[in-house]
Amino acid sequence: MKLESKAPQGPLGEKWTKHKFNVKLVNPANKRKYDVIVVGTGLAGASAAASLGELGYNVKAFCFQDSPRRAHSIAAQGGINAAKNYQNDGDSVYRLFYDTIKGGDYRAREANVHRLAEVSVNIIDQCVAQGVPFAREYGGTLANRSFGGAQVSRTFYARGQTGQQLLLGAYSALNRQIANGKVKMYTRSEMLDVVLVDGKARGIVVRNLITGKIESHSAHAVLLCTGGYGNVFFLSTNAKGSNVTAAWRAHKKGAFFGNPCYTQIHPTCIPVTGDHQSKLTLMSESLRNDGRVWVPKVAKPGLRAKDAASIAEDDRDYFLERKYPSFGNLVPRDVASRNAKYMCDEGRGVGQTGRAVFLDFADAIKRDGRNVIEAKYGNLFDMYKQITGDNPYEMPMMIYPAVHYTMGGLWVDYNLMTTVPGLYALGEANFSDHGANRLGASALMQGLADGYFVIPYTVGDYLAGMKAGEKISTDLPEFKEAEKQVNERIARLLSIKGKKTVDHLHRDLGHIMWEYCGMSRTDAGLRKAKGLIQDLKKEFWSNVNVLGGSSELNQELEKAMRVADFIELGELMVDDALNRTESCGGHFREESSTPDGEAQRKDDEFMYVAAWQYTGEDQPEVLHKEELIYETVKPTQRSYK
Amino acid sequence: MKITLKIWRQKNNTSKGAFKVYQHEHVSEDMSFLEMLDVLNNELVVKGEEPVAFDHDCREGICGMCSLYINGRPHGPQQTTTCQLHMRTFKDGETIVVEPWRAKAFPVVKDLVVDRTAFDRIQQAGGYVSVNTGGVPDGNAIPIPKKVADEAMDAAQCIGCGACVAACKNASAMLFTSAKISQLALLPQGQAERKERAEKMVAQMDAEGFGACTNTGACEAECPKGISLTNIARMNREYFMATLTSYEVQAKGDGA
Repeated sequence: MKLESKAPQGPLGEKWTKHKFNVKLVNPANKRKYDVIVVGTGLAGASAAASLGELGYNVKAFCFQDSPRRAHSIAAQGGINAAKNYQNDGDSVYRLFYDTIKGGDYRAREANVHRLAEVSVNIIDQCVAQGVPFAREYGGTLANRSFGGAQVSRTFYARGQTGQQLLLGAYSALNRQIANGKVKMYTRSEMLDVVLVDGKARGIVVRNLITGKIESHSAHAVLLCTGGYGNVFFLSTNAKGSNVTAAWRAHKKGAFFGNPCYTQIHPTCIPVTGDHQSKLTLMSESLRNDGRVWVPKVAKPGLRAKDAASIAEDDRDYFLERKYPSFGNLVPRDVASRNAKYMCDEGRGVGQTGRAVFLDFADAIKRDGRNVIEAKYGNLFDMYKQITGDNPYEMPMMIYPAVHYTMGGLWVDYNLMTTVPGLYALGEANFSDHGANRLGASALMQGLADGYFVIPYTVGDYLAGMKAGEKISTDLPEFKEAEKQVNERIARLLSIKGKKTVDHLHRDLGHIMWEYCGMSRTDAGLRKAKGLIQDLKKEFWSNVNVLGGSSELNQELEKAMRVADFIELGELMVDDALNRTESCGGHFREESSTPDGEAQRKDDEFMYVAAWQYTGEDQPEVLHKEELIYETVKPTQRSYK
Repeated sequence: MKITLKIWRQKNNTSKGAFKVYQHEHVSEDMSFLEMLDVLNNELVVKGEEPVAFDHDCREGICGMCSLYINGRPHGPQQTTTCQLHMRTFKDGETIVVEPWRAKAFPVVKDLVVDRTAFDRIQQAGGYVSVNTGGVPDGNAIPIPKKVADEAMDAAQCIGCGACVAACKNASAMLFTSAKISQLALLPQGQAERKERAEKMVAQMDAEGFGACTNTGACEAECPKGISLTNIARMNREYFMATLTSYEVQAKGDGA
C-alpha cells in the first residue's frame, strides 16, 4: 500500500484555500441524515463535535470521564500560538509555519503545518467570541507573550490556565449542541473497538463504565480525538486516565501508526520522590528564563535543596551555561532534558534519589528582588511548595525531565483520515503537525485547528461520497463479532487471578520504556527493551490480578485493559526507535551524534514518516514510508552553541 | 507514617453503604492523598480484597474530577483539591475519615464515586455564548478592559468539582452556577443572552434538587480555586433583573 498524503498541489499558501473549494459539500438538508461518532472530548473532540453539530450532522460524543470538561487538555498551562502579529513584531503565517517546521526538525508535512498556521488566527477569534477570558492589556486588547524561546510574541494566554479556558470554551459550544439535541453525549463510556463494515469505519464498541454493559454505536464516520500515549511510561505529566486504547484498537483494525518513537520530554518537572509516585507535575518552562540550572562539580550523594547553599559558587557546575554559552538555560526542551540526565548518570544528581538537578532563583531574587520574581512565578512557586514542602524562595527547586507529549500517533492524510476509510484522528492522537518535536504553546493550537477548522470541511468531503441516510444496524455480524471479542478479552483478564497488580506491571513497563526508549536511545538498549517487553507481555497475561466483576464500576479492569494495550504499543515504539538510526527532535540515538555529542539528523536516509502496519498477534509490524518533500523550506541542522 | 482510615464503602447506588476501617502502615509524608489510596488499593488487591473506587484524573488540581470528603471537609483540611493534598498535612497515627460528596443531587455511584452530571445539565441550560464556529469578529474588535477580563477570569477558574455543594449545609450549587453566569455577564460577548442565561441556568439548578443559599459562605471557604461569594450576589442581581423583564413575564402581563 502506497501512502498518499493527499496534500494538494500548487503554491504552499494556496493549498488549503484551493482544497476547501475542491472538497465536496453535503447539502444542508441532507446533513441530518449523517451520523458522526466523536471519541474524546478534549480540545480536538469537543471542538469537532460542537462544530459538526452546528453544521447539522448528528453527533454522538464519548468520553471516559464523568464529564466532557475533564479531558486532559484542561491541564495545559502556558498558552496558544497564533500568527496574529498583534504586536507588530514581525510575525506572520509564514513565520509560524517556518518555526513549527524547523522546531519539528524537518519531520512534518509542509502542507499540514502551513494550514495550521493559517487557521491559528481564526482560533483566537473563535475563542474570544465564546467568552474565553484571555489576558488583556490595559487598553483592552489581547495580551501576548513570547514562549519557549520564540523570537516573536505570539502566545495568547489565560493566566497559567490557558488549556482550561480553551477547553471550557469548547465545552460550552458542545453543551449548546447537546441542549439543541444535535450532539448526544455519553460520559463514563470507554471505546474498546472500532467496527469496520465493507472496509469502512462504521461504528465503535464501548463499555459503559458504570454498568459494565458492552454497547455498539453505528455511524457514517468515526473521529478519534483521544489524545496521546505518554502514560506508556507510567510516570508522565498526563492525567491518570489518559490512554492509547482507542488509537491502538484502531491500529489493530488497519490504521497505520505514525512515528511512535517521537515523544517529548519536558525538562522542568517535579522529580520523583519514591515508588508511590503516581504522576509527575510539570512546571511551566518559563521558569528557565530566570532560574539557573546546576549540579555540584563533585558528586554529593543525597544533597538536599536546603543544604544547597553549602556548595560554594566555585564548586557548582552550571552545565547548560557551560555547554551552550549562547542559549544557556534556555536551550530547547530536549537538550535541557538530556543534559540533566547526563549529570545524573554521572552521579552528580541531587536529592534523595539522585535523579534531580537544581533550578536556582537566588541570583534572580538578588538581582530583581523577591517581589518581581513573585509577580512572575508566584503561582508556580506556590505549587512547588505545595507538592514538595520546600520553599523555592529560600532554596533552589529540584527538577527532573518527564514525558509530556507524544508527537507520534495514528497516521493521517491531509484530510485527517487514517488508512481506514471513514476513520479520522485529530489532535494529539494523530501524528501530523509537530514532526519530531513540538513547539511550546502549539498543542492547543493543533487540537482546536483540527476540530474547529479542518474536520468540518474534510469529513463533509467523505460523507458526500456516501449515500445519504444509509444507516446501518448494530445487529450486523461485524458489530456482534467485535462485541464478542471485547467480552472475551474482559473475561480473560478477570480469569487470570495472578499475583501482580495492574499498577505493578504498568510500573515495570514504565521503567523499561524510560530506561531504554526515553531521553536517549541506543541500539543495544532498544534490543534489550524489546525482549523485556515481550517477557512483560507474557507475564501480564498470566500473572495479573484483576478483582471484581465485569458488570459494575471496576477501575482495576479499566486500567488492565489500558495497560495491555500500552505494552503492545511499547514494543512498537521500540521497533520504530530501532529503525530510525538518526537523531531528530525528541528522538536521540546516541550512535547518531556530532563529535561534540549533539543530535545528528540523517536527511538522506530518514526524511520520511514511519507508518507501521499491524499484521497480526505477535507478528512483526510492516513499515511503510511517506517521503517528506520540502518544496518551500530548506532543512538545516539545529545548533544552540 | 501509620494512619487509620475509615472509608465509606458502597457497592452501588441501590445498596446500603457502611464505613470500613483500614490500617495503613506504608504512608510517606511526600505522598499525595490519592497516592496514599493507590498504595492502599494495591495492598488490598494483593490480599484479594476489592479496592476502593474513587474519581481522579489529572492529579494536578485542574480537571475537577477528584472529590472526597475528608475529616468532614471537602478536599480535606487545606483549600486545595484532594489530588494536591499531601500526607504531610496529617499526623502520624491519625485516624482519617473519608466519605463521598454528600448531596441529594450527587447520588453515590460506588464507594467514593458520585454522579455529578447535574452540573453538566446546568451548563447545558445556558452556560455558553450562542456562536457557531466561523464568522466571528476579530479577537481585538471589541476591547475589554483588563479589570473586566481579570474579573471574568476569576469566575471562569471554577473546575466544577462540586466542593461548594458538598460544603454547603443546604447542598446549594449557587457558587458553581453563579461562576459561569458571572463570567459571561461581565464580558461583552455574553450580553445578548445575559438575561435568558440567568433564568435558564437558575431554573435548571433548582430542578436538579440543589438547595437554596443562606449566605453562610462555606462554599467560598472550601473552594479550591477561590471562587468568590461575590458571584452569588451578582447572580442574584442578574436573575432578579432577568425575571423583571423576561419574555415570559411580559407575555403574562396585561399588555400595557
